[in-house]
Amino acid sequence: MSDKPEKFIDENGLRLDGRQINEIRQMKIKIGVISRADGSCYLEWGNNKILVAVYGPRELHPRRLQKADSALIRYRYNMAAFSVEDRIRPGPNRRSIEISKVSREAFEPVVMTHLYPGAVIDVFAEVLQADAGTRTAAINAASIALADAGIPMKSLVSSCAVGKVDGQLVLDLNKAEDNYGDADLPVAMTQDGEITLLQMDGNLTQEEFKKALEMCKEGCRQIMEIQKEALRSKFADDQLAIEVPDEMVESIDIAVTLEDVVEEERETEVEAEASAEEITKSDAEAGSEDAEIEDAEDEYSVEDLEEADADEEILEVEEEPVDLIDEEAGNEDEKVATEGSETREQ
Amino acid sequence: MSVLKKDYIYNLMLKGKRVDGRAFDQVRDITLETRVIDKAEGSAWVKYGETEVLVGVKVQAGAPYPDSAGEGVIITSLELNPLASPEFEAGPPKEGAIEMARVTDRGIRESGAIDLSKLCITKGEEVWIIFIDIHVLNDAGNIQDASSIGAIAALMTTTIPAERNGKGEDMAMPMRDTPLAITVVNIGGSLMVDPGRDEETVCDTKITIVSNQDGSISGMQKSGDGALTEEQALKAVEMACEKAAELRKVHLSNI
Repeated sequence: MSDKPEKFIDENGLRLDGRQINEIRQMKIKIGVISRADGSCYLEWGNNKILVAVYGPRELHPRRLQKADSALIRYRYNMAAFSVEDRIRPGPNRRSIEISKVSREAFEPVVMTHLYPGAVIDVFAEVLQADAGTRTAAINAASIALADAGIPMKSLVSSCAVGKVDGQLVLDLNKAEDNYGDADLPVAMTQDGEITLLQMDGNLTQEEFKKALEMCKEGCRQIMEIQKEALRSKFADDQLAIEVPDEMVESIDIAVTLEDVVEEERETEVEAEASAEEITKSDAEAGSEDAEIEDAEDEYSVEDLEEADADEEILEVEEEPVDLIDEEAGNEDEKVATEGSETREQ
Repeated sequence: MSVLKKDYIYNLMLKGKRVDGRAFDQVRDITLETRVIDKAEGSAWVKYGETEVLVGVKVQAGAPYPDSAGEGVIITSLELNPLASPEFEAGPPKEGAIEMARVTDRGIRESGAIDLSKLCITKGEEVWIIFIDIHVLNDAGNIQDASSIGAIAALMTTTIPAERNGKGEDMAMPMRDTPLAITVVNIGGSLMVDPGRDEETVCDTKITIVSNQDGSISGMQKSGDGALTEEQALKAVEMACEKAAELRKVHLSNI
């Protein structure tokens, strides 16, 4: 653990790690890294190393936890014992329980849970190496993993934090800024700029908050581009993928639409399906859909069947992980400090 | 059932009304009684409408954290006692209780409300550990804000029991600020402060904002399954800071 640096921003306006105040750390993304999972993502952001797996939609046990009209989302944020300087005791603690809760709530507004009544969508986010901003990194990875699992969403979710050091607002805090900074404001947003996660600690004036939110918005926009690019390079250019004819796109749209969609919801749904359909292309596991139908309640099975059909039509995309990792090595020398200041909060 | 309730509250909202007849920016009546538990070093019994919360502060000497050897320690816990609601169950705290405790804790910690350096007895060896225990006695909504004002009131009445422990003279809790949490809910696009239990159960999004004497913000937490627009977030912050200043003046100035 290093001592508090004298200055966080040098005379040239650069931060300790050489970034501009509104520059995010380098992000590297690998999709489909866990073969048993329905969707997965490995993400490096600065010195953070995060692995996320998504399982589901699958049947939820015990049954009494099932929701009659929608799927349940479970989100588990967990830090590996070795991910920080001082070993942390494995298993959930108060910090991780809170982060799991708010992260789940960051996805509730976008995941179209009403399509999977009685099911559960499990998101497991594992922090392998922590270096400030693990909850935002995990959300970014989870967003991609959910897309990789073919789960219909109204939008991807992107997340980053703004903090304050030397009285100045900076985007995407590094470890020293996180430990010794005056404020930390993690935010997650959809592509429309709707805020799905907002936390803050430290000290900000109302004006600073306003400005910080603007910076977060810009950061999230950049991150969403990176996420989309990662998904595109994995799925869009896949040589094995057969082009979907225009008329079939429509039938896929219908397959993922609930018949009784309320008229006013229609508009948002259509947008969402566009992305859902993009996502569905990736779903090679038509087999898992079949299994699900057997378990599904009768009233829903018709839709599920249609969906499975649609999936088969879209064909099998080979689940070959495309390595997006930019070989330009990150700053390996940068010292990994502990999450201590955060973990010890009771 | 909750769909009916939601419709009812939503339709009232369209008419500019709330279930209990309050204005959107009106906090329920608050009564605050301090020094209610003699055995605790500080305490407060808060009635926030019908919501009741009892906060006790205990102070003990103990070891500091290695990375802040010269500073006292704050430990906040919140129990959703099963006597307070048919929905609460005994057992280890669930995520809701943990979240509320941590938001309260962050508000106090990050605002620097307590001068932790004055709680050092021997640097690196012994400091005062402040235990803030929040007992929820009746849940009629917005436990978060009741806990926050209760914790601050209890801390303001706390005496550090140095004499009893043979560590010098008793002193008052070294308070520097009075951070207060105000929760705002989003119901169908309208923002309302201090949600009652029904409003809390039907709302999509809750946002809690902890603000200080100088109007700055020291903590914030969005909670619930919905999203907020940027304008809503900014509006909520404005509302919360205003309300906090009001409550501070009425309820905390005479403790």
